[in-house]
Amino acid sequence: MDILFLLIPLSVILVLVILGGLWWAIYSGQFEDVEAEGERILHED
Amino acid sequence: MQDLSKQSTTYSDGVIRQFSIMAVVWGVVGMLVGVIVASQLVWPELNLGLPWTSFGRLRPLHTNAVIFAFGGCTLFATSYYVVQRTCQTSLFMPKLASFTFWGWQLVILAAAVSLPLGFTQGKEYAELEWPIDLLIAVVWVSYAVVFFGTIAKRRVKHIYVANWFFGAFIITVALLHIVNSAAIPAGFMKSYSAYAGVQDAMVQWWYGHNAVGFFLTAGFLGIMYYFVPKQAERPVYSYSLSIVHFWALIFTYMWAGPHHLHYTALPDWTQSLGMVFSLVLLAPSWGGMINGMMTLSGAWHKLRTDPILRFMIVSLSFYGMSTFEGPMMAIKTVNSLSHYTDWTVGHVHSGALGWVGLVSMGAIYYMIPRLFGQKQMHSIKAIELHFWLATIGIVLYISSLWISGVMEGLMWRAINTDGTLTYTFVESVKAKHPYYIIRTLGGLLYLSGMIIMLWNVLKTATSGKAAVVTIPAVTAHA
Repeated sequence: MDILFLLIPLSVILVLVILGGLWWAIYSGQFEDVEAEGERILHED
Repeated sequence: MQDLSKQSTTYSDGVIRQFSIMAVVWGVVGMLVGVIVASQLVWPELNLGLPWTSFGRLRPLHTNAVIFAFGGCTLFATSYYVVQRTCQTSLFMPKLASFTFWGWQLVILAAAVSLPLGFTQGKEYAELEWPIDLLIAVVWVSYAVVFFGTIAKRRVKHIYVANWFFGAFIITVALLHIVNSAAIPAGFMKSYSAYAGVQDAMVQWWYGHNAVGFFLTAGFLGIMYYFVPKQAERPVYSYSLSIVHFWALIFTYMWAGPHHLHYTALPDWTQSLGMVFSLVLLAPSWGGMINGMMTLSGAWHKLRTDPILRFMIVSLSFYGMSTFEGPMMAIKTVNSLSHYTDWTVGHVHSGALGWVGLVSMGAIYYMIPRLFGQKQMHSIKAIELHFWLATIGIVLYISSLWISGVMEGLMWRAINTDGTLTYTFVESVKAKHPYYIIRTLGGLLYLSGMIIMLWNVLKTATSGKAAVVTIPAVTAHA
């Protein structure tokens, strides 16, 4: 099962990237007043 | 969030029109090939005794056409539509976006020629040979540049949840494609996989299941989160739940693949790991399904009059059904009955015809009139007819394969008191014949709905003309 030496590090890197994305989303204010964002798409065109 | 004066004041919709029309065209082609291979299973004479028209070569043509041509064009069209509208900006590098259209059509044509000729890497859903794989990689990277470039130049701070799903789908598919397609070329249109034996099987199903998870699920969830609220004219039931849905899904999806390799040479613990991750997936999947359905709360009456909305909601119920059935089939004891039987084929089609197909059709019916400056589709009655043909087709298809799958699984494992097998293999094949006829009929109904859709779309497009949509002024910043 040598393939795990490729697939597991790849998954770990991917999880770190995802965590980075989540971190960015939280601290750049993506999750402030989220329900209003759900409404917004209905009014924009 | 750039200086407005440098930007285009209209949406780049030309490429969306191209992709939407081709999605419907390839849908008809791919489903037609599907009906042909289903008929070959009933009447083997239809193989015509020719290598190019044999089941083994046409079946990958069918899967590639419906997944990558129909599904792919739908994803390109909808993601370009959604990312521009929700970011209130035009596409980044529109010429590159145009390249993704022509490049993707070239990939599809190359597949349509090379698969019947017998060029294949022998990997399910990754059959295409290395020169085509390289072209796919180039087109996909261009797609990522256009999509993320558009996000980067957005004029609203918040990135709408649909874009997160589309973004995850684009990144993951790039990774899966590049890792799984790694091969050593041995001449033009011939190569050997970089992995061998069970290693190759593991990487193939790591790819295969995540292709289902990210190409056919995350991407189409992006479609669902934009087009269901728009068509229902109501915000998504719980925006917070949609955020939890997204992060839970992408954190847990990656390791479900080994359930395709139960009771094989794959180490037992890897199989069990795959099973556990598959079961975990039930939670985010149903969270998303309920979120989509409940978007209609207080507006259920719209289902009575709006066939497009009906496409979307029935699609969500098939999503709920197949994401329940999938984890159940990943349980090893259930899998020992279901694996290698028609039950698997039925399961895939409840997801493909029910979830992916219906939500795509709903989204295309939503976009087409708006892209061609029309108030609505040419014929609402035809949409209604399409809906019923498709729904009845799916029900016939999956219920017949449930019966034939469970039946053949039971026949294979039936043992006489003296320990010999009760049935020969060919007896199980013979017993499936009537169910294969019903399945073909179901497919035929689904295909006829799609042909009606093509007529309706072309009528709408030719009676209208390419609409130029001005980007609205940015509404209050959150």
